[in-house]
Amino acid sequence: MMTSFLFRAMDTRAGIFLAIMAAVIILVPAGNLLAPEGSAFHVPNYAVTLMGKYLTYALLALAVDLVWGYCGILSLGHAAFFALGGYAMGMYLMRQIGTRGVYGDPNLPDFMVFLNWQELPWYWYGFDMFWFAALMVLLVPGFLAFVFGWFAFRSRVTGVYLSIITQALTYALLLAFFRNDMGFGGNNGLTDFKDILGFDIQADTTRAGLFAASGVALVLCFIVCRALTRSKLGKVLVAVRDAESRTRFLGYRVEHYKLFVWTLSAMMAGIAGALYVPQVGIINPGEFAPANSIEVVIWVAVGGRGTLVGAVLGAVLVNFAKTWFTGALPDIWLFALGGLFVFVTLFLPKGIVGTVSQGWTALRQRKVSAAYEEGSDEPPSAPPHSPGAPANVTHSKRAPGAAEPQPAE
Amino acid sequence: MARSSSLLYLDGVSVSFDGFKALNELSLTIGPGEMRAIIGPNGAGKTTMMDVITGKTRPDSGEVFFNGTVDLTGEDEASIAELGIGRKFQKPTVFESHTVWDNLELALKAPRGPFATLFHVISGAEKKRIEYLLELIRLGGKRGELAANLSHGQKQWLEIGMLLAQDPKLLLVDEPAAGMTDAETAETAELLKDIANDHSVVVVEHDMVFVRSLGVKVTVLHEGSVLAEGSLDHVSANDRVVEVYLGR
Repeated sequence: MMTSFLFRAMDTRAGIFLAIMAAVIILVPAGNLLAPEGSAFHVPNYAVTLMGKYLTYALLALAVDLVWGYCGILSLGHAAFFALGGYAMGMYLMRQIGTRGVYGDPNLPDFMVFLNWQELPWYWYGFDMFWFAALMVLLVPGFLAFVFGWFAFRSRVTGVYLSIITQALTYALLLAFFRNDMGFGGNNGLTDFKDILGFDIQADTTRAGLFAASGVALVLCFIVCRALTRSKLGKVLVAVRDAESRTRFLGYRVEHYKLFVWTLSAMMAGIAGALYVPQVGIINPGEFAPANSIEVVIWVAVGGRGTLVGAVLGAVLVNFAKTWFTGALPDIWLFALGGLFVFVTLFLPKGIVGTVSQGWTALRQRKVSAAYEEGSDEPPSAPPHSPGAPANVTHSKRAPGAAEPQPAE
Repeated sequence: MARSSSLLYLDGVSVSFDGFKALNELSLTIGPGEMRAIIGPNGAGKTTMMDVITGKTRPDSGEVFFNGTVDLTGEDEASIAELGIGRKFQKPTVFESHTVWDNLELALKAPRGPFATLFHVISGAEKKRIEYLLELIRLGGKRGELAANLSHGQKQWLEIGMLLAQDPKLLLVDEPAAGMTDAETAETAELLKDIANDHSVVVVEHDMVFVRSLGVKVTVLHEGSVLAEGSLDHVSANDRVVEVYLGR
């Protein structure tokens, strides 16, 4: 059962993506560690960290694409799950500092000593152990998403209303984490990390390892998403996206489906956050900022929603552009981002990958029907498969408004 | 007919929206294996009745029982569908970004939970059933086509096919012939008659020619309650029915 589940994940497009990822995961660390400095193949340290960061963003975008592109849940608060995963990892890294902090307290992180706290709060217990922190990276975002989703989906909150609530969720967390007495370092957050699993966090090899770990996490989550969206469950999700009440009348419990992908997606976002924090060396409440979540939606829209590969591509491209712009023309970046979103909405509503695959499908269909007309070919008789049912891809004649989010009933 | 021997039993059902009585003490009984046509002018409460039966709308008062024992007023859409009541909407509603084949596969009677569908592998029996349905609704050649690319009439047929795939005990069919050509309408009537051989069917329709070609017992609704019941000839001889229909 499991093998057929995973087997379903594979096709040409997934194969190309995985081949590229494998090359990146091997070549970038190799270019950093093995190629001598000054060689044309040398990858500088800063670039490894930067690309590692892109990969964690790509994983976050993948998580958003799963709920938005396939199930029609437009989340404007996914950075909250990302940041929670990041905080869980940050707490582990804080406990690893031990006596090397400024105040040299073996148990308390510096900011707690500074606030005159006498002992570790209960919710910090266990974070000195990696396995516990890793579990929390999954469970904390997953639990929050489950509770949130349970109430929201059961009350049939959909469309913009749901988007607004997700935005409120991340904003509420932002305000909460800003408070010093929350015990998460307030405004400054968690930083000054020393090592992870016993390895020096500044060392080249550790950074290369974190890069590879981000790449592997992205690949694994991609395979899971791919297998999921190509299963019958994936078809139900697209059905929910396109005609929610019809799906209910077929006997599917829409709220269970939404809750399932929503929680899964939040956990993936948590993993992304956990890999992000050791690479950038800090986590603070700024990560909860509503604008961050909105930016993720832009990445997915640019790459093409409902395509998975598109989310990854969009995240990497937009962030690459961001790095370049903020270096070369720092004042223009926000305008460029806004302009990009307007451009994509107006001229590439299917995103990059969606547009390309639409052209490809049209070409292939023309070939098939031409061959059919000549009578040289049997009509296609194999049980067909929706082409991954990418969001709003491949039909020119779709009824207007069919893919619009349904207003709350 | 007594509640215990009925398939669908509505008694004194009332629904009001902002003071407007959409259903007013509606009572209606459908027997097992029966086919019934429901007619009535606009606003008579036909669609609201369907909403009440399928769990979309909760009645303010009255009883709705399925199979004589199951109280439908306490169930939601998904569990009512699981009980065996299928519904076709007035406006054809199919999953446009899925192929015809996938539309049928989704509707096929099978476990409906997320984990069941996640690991679902389509079986030979299911494929056969889909093939059979494709033949029945005459969309065999369109199996790989996206539902969005079907014509209006084909969508109506696909939705009827999806309804059959669910294998319900009772089919609620809302205006199946709307927007169809005369030839398509006649074919649809034949299809429904075939279906009625082994299912109970409730058809809501405006088209009198269509209702006549079904040749079944007719219930006339007006202002949320039953105005007349009987054969089409019987009800069209009723003065009140003529008055309501012609607005005299």
